[in-house]
Amino acid sequence: MSDTVLSIENLTVALPSWSDRPLAVNDVSLSINRNEILCVVGESGSGKSVMAKAILGLLPAPHVRVTNGQVQFDGRDLLKTSEDDLRDVRGKNISMIFQEPMVALNPLMRVGKQINEIFQIHTDMTPEQRHQRVVDIFADVHLPEPDRIVSSYPHELSGGQRQRIMIAMALALEPSLIIADEPTTALDVTTEAQILRLLKELQEKHGTAVLFITHDFGVVAEIADRVVVMRYGQLIESGNTENLLRAPQENYTKALVAAVPSLTPRHRVPERTPASVLELRALQKTYGGRAGVFGAKGREVKAVREVSLDVPKGRSLALVGESGSGKSTLARCIVGLEKPDGGEILLDGENIAGLSRKQMMSYRHLVQMVFQDPFASLNPRHRVGNIIALGPKLRGVPHTQAIDKARELLGLVGLQEDAVDRYPHEFSGGQRQRIGIARALAVEPKLILADEPVSALDVSVQKQVLELLDELRQSLRLSMLFITHDLRVAAHVCDDVAVMRQGEIVERGSTADIFANPVHEYTQQLLDSVPGKLWQH
Amino acid sequence: MKTFWQRFFGNPRVIVGLAWLGVVLVVAIIAPVLAPTDPFDIVGKPFLKPLDTYVLGTDSLGRSIWSGLVHGARTTLIIAVVATLASVIFGTLVGAVAGYYGGLIDDALMRLTEFFQTIPSFIFAIVLVAILAPSATSLVIAIAVVSWPPIARVVRGEVLSVKAREFVQAAVIAGQADLAILFRQVLPNTMSPLIVTGSLLVATAILIESALSFLGLGAPNLMSWGFMVGAGRSFLRDAWWLVTIPGIAILLTVLSINLVGEGLNDALNPRLADI
Repeated sequence: MSDTVLSIENLTVALPSWSDRPLAVNDVSLSINRNEILCVVGESGSGKSVMAKAILGLLPAPHVRVTNGQVQFDGRDLLKTSEDDLRDVRGKNISMIFQEPMVALNPLMRVGKQINEIFQIHTDMTPEQRHQRVVDIFADVHLPEPDRIVSSYPHELSGGQRQRIMIAMALALEPSLIIADEPTTALDVTTEAQILRLLKELQEKHGTAVLFITHDFGVVAEIADRVVVMRYGQLIESGNTENLLRAPQENYTKALVAAVPSLTPRHRVPERTPASVLELRALQKTYGGRAGVFGAKGREVKAVREVSLDVPKGRSLALVGESGSGKSTLARCIVGLEKPDGGEILLDGENIAGLSRKQMMSYRHLVQMVFQDPFASLNPRHRVGNIIALGPKLRGVPHTQAIDKARELLGLVGLQEDAVDRYPHEFSGGQRQRIGIARALAVEPKLILADEPVSALDVSVQKQVLELLDELRQSLRLSMLFITHDLRVAAHVCDDVAVMRQGEIVERGSTADIFANPVHEYTQQLLDSVPGKLWQH
Repeated sequence: MKTFWQRFFGNPRVIVGLAWLGVVLVVAIIAPVLAPTDPFDIVGKPFLKPLDTYVLGTDSLGRSIWSGLVHGARTTLIIAVVATLASVIFGTLVGAVAGYYGGLIDDALMRLTEFFQTIPSFIFAIVLVAILAPSATSLVIAIAVVSWPPIARVVRGEVLSVKAREFVQAAVIAGQADLAILFRQVLPNTMSPLIVTGSLLVATAILIESALSFLGLGAPNLMSWGFMVGAGRSFLRDAWWLVTIPGIAILLTVLSINLVGEGLNDALNPRLADI
């Protein structure tokens, strides 16, 4: 293809002095052609978003600034274009789709009006023409009942619908280039699949060039024509999607591709022990209903509806579901962060549902939790040693002994023992998650409850943490309830899978069976939606 | 990345503020050495100009202004700092308990806070001092009572946000008791806004103390800057120095505290400071 839409030449972007490195983007050159989706893949801190922002002059000046390079678009260098002219280019010729549609839309304005405004500024259509055009675009992005949605506010729509509005907005003036910065990361997997399909369909229909920024190789496999891999602000490798995914050249790309968990379940010994470490019987939890002194009674949400489930001793069960399915509420009930409204939680044969916090104390050591966000789950003001030793100390272990134990555990999770005297901010996300695992192991639990423990981590780190969890589980003969929205992760570490939707378990079985023959239609839909499902490496 | 102290002391405004506060503090501490006579003693003729016989002259009754200024620094600082500490401690407790326990406790405590906030604070302070009879203690009480509500609100907001973080849940799962979680896990993480609000509160306390003393509601046997301004106000046209000198002292001290408070804020939130 010869018709290049945008070409970036030797782009270099400097970061302010307080950052951990001098350059966000270091001498990157790339080009995008008409009717092509170019994926820029990279882990966090690779400079991919900064690069995208530099194209449109959206860098947070004066601290982050372009120091070198050109961005050629439509015969001129965008970096040398005046702010007024750039404003004209934005939206009309190049538009952008952001990660979080709720933030990108004005919450006080009807969505139809927000798009109408674009036409008002950039075209000389009559109000009637504009309205018709908005309804047409909404139909184009497959929004149900476009006539009604035109006069909705952003908060009245679902996340997927909002992202469709953003896409409609981006397409409004038929730009020649769309920059999409992680547009599906905040969405559930089934919605993500629909949005990706929509983007591809519209891109083909209008012949637009799309610069698609993502961290997910599944997404790359799903939609990209060409791929560019970035790391620490540098371009590592680029090429045709097929070739790059099948035969990556650079070591970094190889490692990244290999780190993506395969959708094929790992072979497992299907031994099934009769005893369960955890058994839930008709567990229920409803939120809402509490009224303040002056407040009105809130809407009731049945987060968990009569769920019965068991985790056999020494096995791992993945609880898979989309956001709002009630999987986290279930976990919170099990560890006693929430009181269930009904049903039983049998932990090692004893019912702990409805116990007070004092009574729970004698069961706490049986089940421990690994949290999702490694940055929020460690107290920034406490030393790592004290964080890990807290549980044992509350059970009467003397301080020095508890700290010695913490050292030992740090070694076990692959960190230096001197980490006990350091503070959490000195560690990376992956290392923090290891500290979180060490903390969970400190009281020698029988069951580990992991709530999306890797969803906040980069793929390469994700893989290491998953492997660590798996090894520890086997060597310490632990049981694990692993909560995730990611089927690839579930396939990687779990023997069994339970699929949850709207507070109910819709299907449960061994991972191999469910991935091979999903019976429930929702499970089929989930499996169908995994980005890049056809790509096996 | 610079450390907190580097950012704090690297700020010229902080240095200026700290320098003046340092001077005031030293003067307050060694007041009896600098001005051995009682500030209420009559030392000479009334209305002596500054640099005439005495450094800063004398007031309408022949009392040394220098002595009043030096001893007044003591009174003003002690009352302001003690009152601030009292309001910070009380406000933190109320805010922390309200934010952490939530529900009805939160509703009750916050309505109480709002009750105090709806009363015009200076009028309230006057009423309190009048009821309690003017004394150093009643000044402290009055200032503390009118200044804790903002602290309680700041702390409550911070506690609400910190409480939602996962390390608090981790402490619950580890089996830590509520009060221990509140004091060991949550409160240490609410310190930075508290320090900033608290430091700025000292300035407000000085102003309230001066204003009360100006109105004659100050501590009766303690010289203070506000009292000096109040006593000299009717002679403003004949003897400008009676009012001007303590007035400038109040102005500079309050300004310095604000500079240091802002500096603390900038150093604790470096990203915000740069934008």
